[in-house]
Amino acid sequence: MKDNVLMRVAARWNMPFLIIFALYTQTHGELGPGGGFQAGVMIAAAFIVYGMVFGAADMQRIVPRWLTDILAALGVLIYAGTGIYCLTQGYAFLDYTAIIPSNPGGAEPWGMVSVEWGVGITVASVMMTIFNEITEGTLPGQEHESHDTEMVGKA
Amino acid sequence: MELIHKNLPALIVVLPLCMGLLTSIIGRRGLGWWMAMATTGAVFAMSGQLLWNVMHDGAYQITYQMGSWPAPFGIVYIVDPLNASVLMVVSTIAAVLTLYARKSVASEIQKNRLHFFYALWLFCTTGLLGITITGDAFNLYVLLEISSLSTYTLVALGRARNRRALTAAINYLVLGSIGANFYLLGIAYLYQVTGSLNMADIHHILVNQVFPTWGGDAPQYRTTVIVGFAFMAVGLSLKLALFPLHGWLPNAYTYSPSAVSGLLASTATKVGAYAFIRVIFTIVGVDFAFGLLHTDTALMVSAGAAIIIGAWLALKQTNLKKMLAYSSIGQIGYITLGFSLNNVNGLTASIIHLFNHALTKGSMFMALGVVVYRLGNARITDVRGLGRQLPVTMGVFVVGGLGLIGVPLTAGFISKWYLVTGAIQAGRYEMAAVVLVGSILALMYVWRVVEQIYFGKRDENAPKLREAPLTMLVPMVLLAAASIYFGIDARATSWVSQTAAELLLGVKL
Repeated sequence: MKDNVLMRVAARWNMPFLIIFALYTQTHGELGPGGGFQAGVMIAAAFIVYGMVFGAADMQRIVPRWLTDILAALGVLIYAGTGIYCLTQGYAFLDYTAIIPSNPGGAEPWGMVSVEWGVGITVASVMMTIFNEITEGTLPGQEHESHDTEMVGKA
Repeated sequence: MELIHKNLPALIVVLPLCMGLLTSIIGRRGLGWWMAMATTGAVFAMSGQLLWNVMHDGAYQITYQMGSWPAPFGIVYIVDPLNASVLMVVSTIAAVLTLYARKSVASEIQKNRLHFFYALWLFCTTGLLGITITGDAFNLYVLLEISSLSTYTLVALGRARNRRALTAAINYLVLGSIGANFYLLGIAYLYQVTGSLNMADIHHILVNQVFPTWGGDAPQYRTTVIVGFAFMAVGLSLKLALFPLHGWLPNAYTYSPSAVSGLLASTATKVGAYAFIRVIFTIVGVDFAFGLLHTDTALMVSAGAAIIIGAWLALKQTNLKKMLAYSSIGQIGYITLGFSLNNVNGLTASIIHLFNHALTKGSMFMALGVVVYRLGNARITDVRGLGRQLPVTMGVFVVGGLGLIGVPLTAGFISKWYLVTGAIQAGRYEMAAVVLVGSILALMYVWRVVEQIYFGKRDENAPKLREAPLTMLVPMVLLAAASIYFGIDARATSWVSQTAAELLLGVKL
């Protein structure tokens, strides 16, 4: 699809808007419709569209696979970490009151924002990982990393 | 310390989850195993502490609120003697098998995937512990998916040894997802009627508001609740591999890496059985499930068929891992039979067998894992004459086999004693007979292997085998020793199981 001007321009010019809207959805999640899941999917969509037009190898230059692997885990860790932080402050797991004990109502959004960022990061990286897995081996010059040649054990 | 004590129910799930995530990031170069070992060790200690706490608690219940939402709205984790004992099963087996897994897994899986293996291993443990501890029906589904998805992958990792692991994993994935989704659908139906997802709250609303209206103005709820329960029952039967729905089990156990077979056989189906017990006794209630719908009869027929047919099919296998898998189907039959009897002894048999069978089957799969480690396969011809070359491993296998038969002084005997007593008390003499016939069939399939081990002659030219490495021997011997110990002195296990059974049936107040 790289040869098609329309596709190239559309993919390139849509990217900032997709990302901006994703960030809006992400940061606005606790007040309006949206949240980490939707934002994560949109961020991933921005990169995946780019990858579909310019090839997954190009996309992986921007977002390498080791990065998505780490971010996928990191997002959940942010989520769980928020819970654990509350727990260490003497409150229950994920009881956001712990963040600002004097103002539980004000603490709630902060807790939600931090949890939603975790969700967003994980969803975005997992979506990209799925895309990478699907395209793996279908691109010229990018062989599927073979596991079968290195048989292990004493079979 | 105080902080940890207060938050034990949350930490027991959150700790393995976080450690699993960390393992997938930094667990390369052997660090993954150390992290998994430390985590499962800690989880073992925590569940021991929880069991101790709950058994010495006046109300036999520890409740933990997630977030700042009170019970019917937010998620609560509830520990009572029943799930504390299941937590104990899961964490014991996970800790022991992690120790075992180091050498075994390194020989069966690619080096560059090892950290992912241990991450998934911890996720699986997370899910199983979570299913057990949660008091929220929907949360149970989420954790069921966490454990199942990681299990499918763990099974598929057996492909380095045998490519059939892939088809086994896909098969398991399809059937497992159907099971999980049926459960979810059932929850949705009950939610429609009760408007609640909290197990205790659903039960409360059903008993006080829904059941009494059936005769009068709201007969339509009747069908909804029945259909909901039917979906949950079928879904969970798939998960626990109850007889006609056991299709995924044999291949999944046979072709997965040895350590995974052990984990699956000793914990995954057990937790499924636990969830089934919860649905029947805690969510919908015995009066509805057994009194109105006669699910107990259906379960008894399935369980009886599982016991006989499982053992019969085990008798015909030449692959020993597959033999154990079919034997597991039979053992699940015993567990199901126990709680379908609906009396204290039967339910005690179920709960105690969850533990005893985990010890027995776990140690047997580990023994076969050693054979695979040394020979690359575990057919019945492979173990011929191994009694002299691998004395300890084969000894463990035989002890486990005796447990499956239910020979006195092994843990299996205690379970069967309770089961037969329960069946006779319930007036189900035919079921008591089925248990005895099942034991005789077990004797036959175990003897078949024992004969090969000790009386068969190993090929003269075959290379001499060394005994398993120490990290594989110790966990195996520990489990076998435990299964003998709890066969001789069953006071602790029967105290916990009986208390749990009495609480479930409302006999103990």
